[in-house]
Amino acid sequence: MANWIEVCSLDEIDPEDVMRFDHNQHSWAIYRCPNGEVYATSGHCTHERIHLADGLVMDDIIECPKHNGRFNYKTGKAQGAPVCEHLKTWPTRVENGLIFLNVE
Amino acid sequence: MSSFGTRRDYSLTGASTPHAHAAGLVSANWYQTDIPRKTMKALMTRRDAPAIRDTLLWLALLVLFAGLGYLSWGTLWAIPCFVAYGVLYGSASDSRWHECSHGTAFKTRWMNDAVYQIASFMVFRESHVWKWSHARHHTDTIVVGRDYEIMAKRPVQIARLIAGLFGIPQTWGTLKSLLQHAGGDLNSEERNFIPLTEQTKVIRYARQTLLVHAAIIALALHLQSFYLVMVIGVLPSMYGVWIAFIFGLTQHAGLPENVLDHRLNCRTILMNPVFRFIYSNMNYHTEHHMFPMVPYHALPQLHELMKAELPVVYPSTFSAIREMLPALLIQTDNPEYDIQRELPQRSATDHQPAQHPQTA
Repeated sequence: MANWIEVCSLDEIDPEDVMRFDHNQHSWAIYRCPNGEVYATSGHCTHERIHLADGLVMDDIIECPKHNGRFNYKTGKAQGAPVCEHLKTWPTRVENGLIFLNVE
Repeated sequence: MSSFGTRRDYSLTGASTPHAHAAGLVSANWYQTDIPRKTMKALMTRRDAPAIRDTLLWLALLVLFAGLGYLSWGTLWAIPCFVAYGVLYGSASDSRWHECSHGTAFKTRWMNDAVYQIASFMVFRESHVWKWSHARHHTDTIVVGRDYEIMAKRPVQIARLIAGLFGIPQTWGTLKSLLQHAGGDLNSEERNFIPLTEQTKVIRYARQTLLVHAAIIALALHLQSFYLVMVIGVLPSMYGVWIAFIFGLTQHAGLPENVLDHRLNCRTILMNPVFRFIYSNMNYHTEHHMFPMVPYHALPQLHELMKAELPVVYPSTFSAIREMLPALLIQTDNPEYDIQRELPQRSATDHQPAQHPQTA
Protein backbone atom coordinates (compact mmCIF):
# COMPACT_ATOMS: atom_id res chain seq x y z
CA MET A 1 0.00 0.00 0.00
CA ALA A 2 1.33 3.40 -0.96
CA ASN A 3 2.44 5.67 1.85
CA TRP A 4 3.42 8.97 0.26
CA ILE A 5 5.16 11.49 2.47
CA GLU A 6 6.26 15.01 1.65
CA VAL A 7 10.04 15.42 1.38
CA CYS A 8 10.70 19.05 0.44
CA SER A 9 10.08 21.50 -2.36
CA LEU A 10 11.73 20.75 -5.70
CA ASP A 11 13.68 24.02 -5.48
CA GLU A 12 15.53 22.82 -2.41
CA ILE A 13 17.58 20.40 -4.52
CA ASP A 14 19.80 21.81 -7.26
CA PRO A 15 19.59 20.16 -10.67
CA GLU A 16 22.03 17.22 -10.89
CA ASP A 17 22.35 17.06 -7.13
CA VAL A 18 21.25 15.01 -4.16
CA MET A 19 19.82 15.69 -0.72
CA ARG A 20 19.49 13.64 2.44
CA PHE A 21 16.02 12.89 3.81
CA ASP A 22 15.42 11.20 7.17
CA HIS A 23 12.06 9.88 8.35
CA ASN A 24 11.11 7.35 11.03
CA GLN A 25 14.70 6.24 11.62
CA HIS A 26 15.25 5.59 7.89
CA SER A 27 17.40 7.63 5.60
CA TRP A 28 17.10 8.24 1.87
CA ALA A 29 19.02 10.06 -0.84
CA ILE A 30 16.76 12.17 -3.05
CA TYR A 31 18.10 13.06 -6.52
CA ARG A 32 17.03 15.74 -8.95
CA CYS A 33 17.87 15.30 -12.65
CA PRO A 34 18.63 18.32 -14.83
CA ASN A 35 15.24 17.76 -16.55
CA GLY A 36 13.40 18.00 -13.23
CA GLU A 37 12.77 14.30 -12.68
CA VAL A 38 13.22 13.15 -9.09
CA TYR A 39 14.53 9.78 -7.88
CA ALA A 40 15.11 8.25 -4.48
CA THR A 41 17.38 5.51 -3.19
CA SER A 42 18.32 4.20 0.22
CA GLY A 43 20.58 6.73 1.85
CA HIS A 44 23.63 4.64 2.61
CA CYS A 45 26.14 3.05 0.29
CA THR A 46 25.92 -0.75 0.20
CA HIS A 47 29.69 -1.06 0.67
CA GLU A 48 30.14 0.89 3.92
CA ARG A 49 27.69 2.91 5.95
CA ILE A 50 28.46 6.21 4.24
CA HIS A 51 25.64 8.56 3.29
CA LEU A 52 25.32 9.09 -0.44
CA ALA A 53 23.90 12.59 -0.03
CA ASP A 54 27.49 13.79 0.52
CA GLY A 55 28.49 12.26 -2.81
CA LEU A 56 28.73 13.55 -6.35
CA VAL A 57 25.96 13.24 -8.95
CA MET A 58 27.24 12.81 -12.51
CA ASP A 59 24.54 12.23 -15.13
CA ASP A 60 22.66 9.13 -13.88
CA ILE A 61 25.39 8.17 -11.42
CA ILE A 62 25.77 8.84 -7.71
CA GLU A 63 29.28 8.36 -6.38
CA CYS A 64 29.86 7.55 -2.72
CA PRO A 65 31.96 10.30 -1.11
CA LYS A 66 34.26 7.84 0.64
CA HIS A 67 35.32 5.03 -1.68
CA ASN A 68 34.25 5.88 -5.23
CA GLY A 69 31.43 3.31 -5.15
CA ARG A 70 29.07 4.22 -7.98
CA PHE A 71 25.41 3.45 -8.55
CA ASN A 72 22.89 4.33 -11.22
CA TYR A 73 20.46 6.18 -8.97
CA LYS A 74 17.56 5.62 -11.38
CA THR A 75 17.87 1.82 -11.22
CA GLY A 76 20.00 1.35 -8.11
CA LYS A 77 22.45 -0.78 -10.09
CA ALA A 78 25.97 -1.00 -8.64
CA GLN A 79 28.60 -0.04 -11.23
CA GLY A 80 31.53 -2.13 -9.96
CA ALA A 81 34.16 -2.31 -7.20
CA PRO A 82 34.05 -1.36 -4.44
CA VAL A 83 30.29 -1.78 -4.59
CA CYS A 84 28.85 -5.20 -5.42
CA GLU A 85 25.36 -4.93 -3.96
CA HIS A 86 22.67 -2.87 -5.73
CA LEU A 87 20.97 0.06 -4.05
CA LYS A 88 17.26 -0.06 -3.21
CA THR A 89 15.22 2.51 -5.12
CA TRP A 90 11.98 4.15 -3.98
CA PRO A 91 9.09 5.69 -5.95
CA THR A 92 8.80 9.47 -6.01
CA ARG A 93 6.46 12.01 -7.51
CA VAL A 94 6.40 15.79 -7.84
CA GLU A 95 3.17 17.71 -7.30
CA ASN A 96 2.81 21.48 -7.19
CA GLY A 97 6.54 21.87 -6.81
CA LEU A 98 6.70 19.46 -3.87
CA ILE A 99 8.57 16.14 -3.81
CA PHE A 100 6.77 13.10 -2.38
CA LEU A 101 8.33 9.75 -1.50
CA ASN A 102 6.53 6.42 -1.19
CA VAL A 103 8.10 4.87 1.89
CA GLU A 104 6.18 1.60 1.78
CA MET B 1 54.34 -4.21 33.21
CA SER B 2 56.27 -2.42 30.50
CA SER B 3 54.98 -2.89 26.98
CA PHE B 4 58.28 -1.72 25.44
CA GLY B 5 59.23 -3.87 22.47
CA THR B 6 55.88 -5.67 22.45
CA ARG B 7 54.86 -6.55 18.90
CA ARG B 8 51.38 -5.36 18.03
CA ASP B 9 49.09 -7.65 16.10
CA TYR B 10 48.50 -5.84 12.81
CA SER B 11 46.79 -8.78 11.12
CA LEU B 12 43.15 -8.34 10.16
CA THR B 13 42.17 -11.62 11.75
CA GLY B 14 44.08 -11.42 15.02
CA ALA B 15 43.65 -10.10 18.54
CA SER B 16 43.54 -6.40 17.59
CA THR B 17 40.51 -6.74 15.35
CA PRO B 18 37.86 -7.45 18.02
CA HIS B 19 39.43 -4.75 20.18
CA ALA B 20 39.08 -2.25 17.33
CA HIS B 21 35.40 -3.20 17.02
CA ALA B 22 34.87 -2.93 20.77
CA ALA B 23 36.57 0.47 20.91
CA GLY B 24 34.23 1.84 18.21
CA LEU B 25 37.08 2.31 15.72
CA VAL B 26 35.56 0.30 12.88
CA SER B 27 33.66 2.19 10.16
CA ALA B 28 33.49 5.05 12.64
CA ASN B 29 32.52 8.66 12.15
CA TRP B 30 35.64 10.71 11.56
CA TYR B 31 36.12 14.40 12.16
CA GLN B 32 35.32 16.42 9.04
CA THR B 33 35.81 20.10 8.34
CA ASP B 34 32.51 21.77 7.55
CA ILE B 35 32.58 22.85 3.92
CA PRO B 36 29.43 24.14 2.18
CA ARG B 37 27.81 21.64 -0.18
CA LYS B 38 28.13 23.85 -3.26
CA THR B 39 31.84 24.37 -2.61
CA MET B 40 32.42 20.67 -2.05
CA LYS B 41 30.53 19.81 -5.24
CA ALA B 42 32.73 22.21 -7.19
CA LEU B 43 35.86 20.68 -5.66
CA MET B 44 34.72 17.11 -6.42
CA THR B 45 33.87 17.92 -10.05
CA ARG B 46 35.85 15.70 -12.40
CA ARG B 47 37.99 17.01 -15.27
CA ASP B 48 40.02 15.16 -17.86
CA ALA B 49 42.38 17.95 -18.89
CA PRO B 50 44.74 18.08 -15.87
CA ALA B 51 45.22 14.31 -15.74
CA ILE B 52 45.64 14.01 -19.54
CA ARG B 53 48.29 16.75 -19.41
CA ASP B 54 50.10 15.14 -16.46
CA THR B 55 49.85 11.61 -17.89
CA LEU B 56 51.20 12.65 -21.28
CA LEU B 57 54.06 14.52 -19.61
CA TRP B 58 54.79 11.49 -17.41
CA LEU B 59 54.78 9.08 -20.38
CA ALA B 60 56.88 11.46 -22.50
CA LEU B 61 59.48 11.72 -19.71
CA LEU B 62 59.54 7.93 -19.38
CA VAL B 63 60.21 7.58 -23.12
CA LEU B 64 62.83 10.37 -23.01
CA PHE B 65 64.84 8.87 -20.16
CA ALA B 66 64.49 5.33 -21.51
CA GLY B 67 65.89 6.65 -24.80
CA LEU B 68 68.71 8.54 -23.11
CA GLY B 69 69.46 5.44 -21.06
CA TYR B 70 69.68 3.41 -24.27
CA LEU B 71 71.97 5.93 -25.95
CA SER B 72 74.24 6.20 -22.90
CA TRP B 73 74.23 2.47 -22.11
CA GLY B 74 77.68 1.37 -20.97
CA THR B 75 78.76 4.87 -19.91
CA LEU B 76 78.46 6.72 -16.59
CA TRP B 77 75.83 8.95 -18.17
CA ALA B 78 73.47 6.01 -18.00
CA ILE B 79 73.33 6.31 -14.20
CA PRO B 80 71.48 9.65 -13.97
CA CYS B 81 69.26 8.58 -16.87
CA PHE B 82 68.17 5.44 -15.04
CA VAL B 83 67.82 7.27 -11.72
CA ALA B 84 65.35 9.63 -13.41
CA TYR B 85 63.66 6.79 -15.31
CA GLY B 86 63.37 4.74 -12.13
CA VAL B 87 61.71 7.57 -10.21
CA LEU B 88 59.21 8.03 -13.03
CA TYR B 89 58.60 4.27 -13.34
CA GLY B 90 58.66 3.12 -9.73
CA SER B 91 57.57 6.26 -7.83
CA ALA B 92 55.46 8.49 -10.09
CA SER B 93 53.44 5.42 -11.05
CA ASP B 94 52.60 4.90 -7.38
CA SER B 95 50.68 8.17 -7.12
CA ARG B 96 49.02 7.55 -10.53
CA TRP B 97 47.97 4.15 -9.26
CA HIS B 98 46.61 5.81 -6.15
CA GLU B 99 44.65 8.58 -7.84
CA CYS B 100 43.13 6.23 -10.38
CA SER B 101 42.19 3.74 -7.66
CA HIS B 102 39.97 6.49 -6.27
CA GLY B 103 38.53 7.10 -9.74
CA THR B 104 39.18 10.81 -9.36
CA ALA B 105 42.13 11.50 -11.66
CA PHE B 106 40.09 11.62 -14.88
CA LYS B 107 36.49 12.42 -15.59
CA THR B 108 36.35 9.63 -18.18
CA ARG B 109 36.16 6.31 -16.44
CA TRP B 110 38.02 4.19 -19.00
CA MET B 111 40.98 6.55 -18.74
CA ASN B 112 41.04 6.06 -14.96
CA ASP B 113 40.81 2.30 -15.39
CA ALA B 114 43.50 2.15 -18.09
CA VAL B 115 46.03 4.24 -16.15
CA TYR B 116 45.16 2.29 -12.99
CA GLN B 117 46.06 -1.02 -14.65
CA ILE B 118 49.24 0.36 -16.26
CA ALA B 119 50.38 1.98 -13.01
CA SER B 120 49.53 -1.16 -11.00
CA PHE B 121 51.80 -3.15 -13.29
CA MET B 122 54.58 -0.57 -12.96
CA VAL B 123 54.50 -0.52 -9.15
CA PHE B 124 54.20 -4.33 -9.12
CA ARG B 125 50.96 -4.23 -7.21
CA GLU B 126 47.90 -6.45 -7.70
CA SER B 127 45.23 -4.10 -8.92
CA HIS B 128 42.16 -5.89 -7.50
CA VAL B 129 43.69 -6.66 -4.11
CA TRP B 130 44.88 -3.10 -3.64
CA LYS B 131 41.62 -1.58 -4.78
CA TRP B 132 39.94 -3.29 -1.86
CA SER B 133 42.74 -2.84 0.65
CA HIS B 134 42.85 0.85 -0.14
CA ALA B 135 39.12 1.18 0.43
CA ARG B 136 39.70 -0.35 3.87
CA HIS B 137 42.62 2.05 4.47
CA HIS B 138 40.20 4.92 3.95
CA THR B 139 37.48 3.43 6.14
CA ASP B 140 39.73 2.60 9.08
CA THR B 141 42.84 4.70 8.56
CA ILE B 142 45.76 3.44 10.71
CA VAL B 143 43.40 1.41 12.90
CA VAL B 144 45.37 -1.59 14.13
CA GLY B 145 43.70 -4.85 13.16
CA ARG B 146 41.72 -3.22 10.34
CA ASP B 147 44.04 -1.23 8.08
CA TYR B 148 46.06 -3.45 5.70
CA GLU B 149 48.30 -0.60 4.52
CA ILE B 150 50.14 0.48 7.68
CA MET B 151 53.75 0.96 6.56
CA ALA B 152 55.60 1.52 9.85
CA LYS B 153 54.32 -1.27 12.06
CA ARG B 154 55.43 -1.08 15.68
CA PRO B 155 57.91 -1.85 17.03
CA VAL B 156 59.49 -0.33 13.96
CA GLN B 157 62.08 -2.43 12.16
CA ILE B 158 64.60 -0.01 10.67
CA ALA B 159 66.24 -2.70 8.52
CA ARG B 160 62.86 -3.43 6.94
CA LEU B 161 62.33 0.25 6.17
CA ILE B 162 65.77 0.51 4.57
CA ALA B 163 64.99 -2.59 2.48
CA GLY B 164 61.72 -0.90 1.53
CA LEU B 165 63.65 1.92 -0.12
CA PHE B 166 64.81 -0.67 -2.66
CA GLY B 167 61.43 -2.35 -2.95
CA ILE B 168 62.68 -5.63 -1.48
CA PRO B 169 59.88 -6.51 1.01
CA GLN B 170 57.22 -5.11 -1.34
CA THR B 171 58.45 -7.17 -4.32
CA TRP B 172 58.91 -10.32 -2.28
CA GLY B 173 55.44 -9.90 -0.78
CA THR B 174 53.81 -9.34 -4.16
CA LEU B 175 55.64 -12.28 -5.71
CA LYS B 176 54.49 -14.65 -2.95
CA SER B 177 51.00 -13.24 -3.20
CA LEU B 178 50.86 -13.62 -7.00
CA LEU B 179 51.96 -17.23 -6.75
CA GLN B 180 49.37 -17.97 -4.08
CA HIS B 181 46.61 -16.24 -6.06
CA ALA B 182 47.65 -17.88 -9.34
CA GLY B 183 47.25 -21.20 -7.50
CA GLY B 184 43.65 -20.23 -6.77
CA ASP B 185 44.01 -19.27 -3.12
CA LEU B 186 43.70 -16.03 -1.11
CA ASN B 187 45.00 -15.57 2.41
CA SER B 188 42.62 -15.12 5.34
CA GLU B 189 43.28 -11.38 5.61
CA GLU B 190 42.46 -10.80 1.93
CA ARG B 191 39.28 -12.79 2.37
CA ASN B 192 38.50 -10.33 5.17
CA PHE B 193 38.33 -7.31 2.84
CA ILE B 194 37.74 -8.72 -0.66
CA PRO B 195 34.16 -9.86 -1.27
CA LEU B 196 33.68 -13.45 -2.43
CA THR B 197 32.28 -12.29 -5.77
CA GLU B 198 35.51 -10.39 -6.53
CA GLN B 199 37.98 -13.11 -5.61
CA THR B 200 38.00 -14.80 -9.04
CA LYS B 201 39.26 -11.51 -10.53
CA VAL B 202 42.21 -11.61 -8.13
CA ILE B 203 43.11 -15.11 -9.29
CA ARG B 204 42.75 -14.25 -12.99
CA TYR B 205 44.83 -11.09 -12.62
CA ALA B 206 47.62 -12.99 -10.84
CA ARG B 207 47.85 -15.57 -13.61
CA GLN B 208 47.90 -12.90 -16.33
CA THR B 209 50.50 -10.82 -14.49
CA LEU B 210 52.85 -13.75 -13.95
CA LEU B 211 52.58 -14.62 -17.64
CA VAL B 212 53.46 -11.06 -18.67
CA HIS B 213 56.48 -10.96 -16.36
CA ALA B 214 57.60 -14.39 -17.55
CA ALA B 215 57.32 -13.16 -21.15
CA ILE B 216 59.45 -10.07 -20.37
CA ILE B 217 62.16 -12.20 -18.78
CA ALA B 218 62.04 -14.73 -21.62
CA LEU B 219 62.35 -11.96 -24.21
CA ALA B 220 65.25 -10.37 -22.32
CA LEU B 221 67.02 -13.73 -22.19
CA HIS B 222 66.33 -14.37 -25.86
CA LEU B 223 67.68 -10.94 -26.85
CA GLN B 224 70.38 -11.18 -24.17
CA SER B 225 69.29 -7.66 -23.19
CA PHE B 226 69.78 -6.41 -19.65
CA TYR B 227 68.51 -3.04 -20.87
CA LEU B 228 65.05 -4.52 -21.39
CA VAL B 229 64.65 -5.57 -17.75
CA MET B 230 65.99 -2.18 -16.66
CA VAL B 231 63.09 -0.41 -18.40
CA ILE B 232 60.15 -2.78 -17.87
CA GLY B 233 59.10 -5.29 -15.25
CA VAL B 234 60.05 -5.72 -11.61
CA LEU B 235 63.55 -4.20 -11.66
CA PRO B 236 62.57 -0.56 -12.38
CA SER B 237 59.75 -0.93 -9.82
CA MET B 238 62.44 -1.73 -7.27
CA TYR B 239 65.24 0.68 -8.10
CA GLY B 240 62.77 3.52 -8.65
CA VAL B 241 60.51 3.13 -5.62
CA TRP B 242 62.64 5.01 -3.10
CA ILE B 243 60.96 8.41 -3.45
CA ALA B 244 57.46 6.92 -3.32
CA PHE B 245 58.52 4.95 -0.24
CA ILE B 246 59.79 8.07 1.53
CA PHE B 247 56.68 10.02 0.54
CA GLY B 248 54.53 7.11 1.66
CA LEU B 249 56.20 7.02 5.07
CA THR B 250 55.64 10.74 5.60
CA GLN B 251 51.88 10.23 5.18
CA HIS B 252 51.30 8.60 8.57
CA ALA B 253 54.50 7.19 10.13
CA GLY B 254 55.18 8.20 13.73
CA LEU B 255 51.70 9.64 14.18
CA PRO B 256 49.08 8.06 16.46
CA GLU B 257 47.25 4.87 15.61
CA ASN B 258 43.57 4.38 16.47
CA VAL B 259 42.40 7.97 16.41
CA LEU B 260 39.30 9.16 14.55
CA ASP B 261 40.72 12.42 13.25
CA HIS B 262 42.80 12.55 10.08
CA ARG B 263 44.43 15.76 11.31
CA LEU B 264 46.16 13.68 13.97
CA ASN B 265 47.27 10.70 11.89
CA CYS B 266 48.06 12.30 8.50
CA ARG B 267 50.60 14.89 7.42
CA THR B 268 50.04 17.83 5.11
CA ILE B 269 53.40 18.84 3.68
CA LEU B 270 54.17 21.75 1.38
CA MET B 271 56.27 20.37 -1.44
CA ASN B 272 58.05 21.82 -4.46
CA PRO B 273 56.37 21.51 -7.91
CA VAL B 274 58.62 18.63 -9.04
CA PHE B 275 57.77 16.54 -5.98
CA ARG B 276 54.08 17.44 -6.36
CA PHE B 277 54.18 16.23 -9.98
CA ILE B 278 55.79 12.94 -8.96
CA TYR B 279 53.40 12.60 -6.02
CA SER B 280 50.21 13.89 -7.67
CA ASN B 281 49.60 16.36 -4.83
CA MET B 282 49.32 13.60 -2.23
CA ASN B 283 51.38 15.83 0.04
CA TYR B 284 47.95 17.26 0.92
CA HIS B 285 47.32 14.00 2.67
CA THR B 286 45.07 15.17 5.49
CA GLU B 287 42.84 16.85 2.93
CA HIS B 288 42.83 13.71 0.77
CA HIS B 289 41.82 11.47 3.67
CA MET B 290 39.12 13.79 4.91
CA PHE B 291 37.61 14.21 1.42
CA PRO B 292 38.90 11.34 -0.73
CA MET B 293 36.69 12.13 -3.71
CA VAL B 294 38.33 15.50 -4.32
CA PRO B 295 40.65 15.03 -7.35
CA TYR B 296 44.36 15.59 -6.89
CA HIS B 297 44.33 18.76 -8.97
CA ALA B 298 41.78 20.37 -6.59
CA LEU B 299 43.62 19.54 -3.36
CA PRO B 300 45.52 22.86 -3.18
CA GLN B 301 42.15 24.71 -3.20
CA LEU B 302 40.77 22.32 -0.59
CA HIS B 303 43.84 22.96 1.53
CA GLU B 304 43.15 26.70 1.48
CA LEU B 305 39.64 26.06 2.80
CA MET B 306 40.80 23.67 5.52
CA LYS B 307 44.11 25.04 6.70
CA ALA B 308 42.68 27.05 9.60
CA GLU B 309 41.56 23.76 11.17
CA LEU B 310 44.82 21.89 10.57
CA PRO B 311 47.81 21.53 12.87
CA VAL B 312 50.83 23.50 11.70
CA VAL B 313 51.60 22.37 8.15
CA TYR B 314 55.06 20.99 7.41
CA PRO B 315 56.89 23.58 5.30
CA SER B 316 58.97 21.00 3.41
CA THR B 317 59.51 17.29 2.88
CA PHE B 318 62.72 17.60 4.88
CA SER B 319 60.86 19.05 7.88
CA ALA B 320 58.47 16.08 7.88
CA ILE B 321 61.35 13.60 7.64
CA ARG B 322 63.20 15.44 10.42
CA GLU B 323 60.20 14.91 12.70
CA MET B 324 59.44 11.37 11.54
CA LEU B 325 62.86 9.70 11.69
CA PRO B 326 63.54 10.24 15.43
CA ALA B 327 60.01 9.04 16.18
CA LEU B 328 60.57 5.87 14.16
CA LEU B 329 63.81 5.25 16.03
CA ILE B 330 62.01 5.63 19.37
CA GLN B 331 59.27 3.29 18.14
CA THR B 332 61.81 0.55 17.55
CA ASP B 333 61.84 0.13 21.35
CA ASN B 334 58.69 1.87 22.45
CA PRO B 335 55.57 1.11 20.37
CA GLU B 336 53.50 3.39 22.59
CA TYR B 337 55.37 6.51 21.50
CA ASP B 338 53.46 8.89 19.16
CA ILE B 339 54.08 12.31 17.73
CA GLN B 340 51.28 14.42 19.18
CA ARG B 341 50.12 17.12 16.81
CA GLU B 342 48.45 20.20 18.25
CA LEU B 343 45.09 21.15 16.79
CA PRO B 344 44.08 24.79 16.41
CA GLN B 345 42.25 26.02 19.51
CA ARG B 346 38.81 26.41 17.98
CA SER B 347 38.61 22.82 16.82
CA ALA B 348 40.79 21.14 19.42
CA THR B 349 37.82 19.74 21.32
CA ASP B 350 36.10 18.29 18.26
CA HIS B 351 38.17 15.17 17.78
CA GLN B 352 37.67 11.86 19.57
CA PRO B 353 41.03 10.18 20.10
CA ALA B 354 40.81 6.58 21.17
CA GLN B 355 43.22 4.55 23.23
CA HIS B 356 45.07 1.73 21.58
CA PRO B 357 42.91 -1.38 22.08
CA GLN B 358 45.82 -3.35 23.49
CA THR B 359 46.55 -0.69 26.09
CA ALA B 360 42.97 0.38 26.80
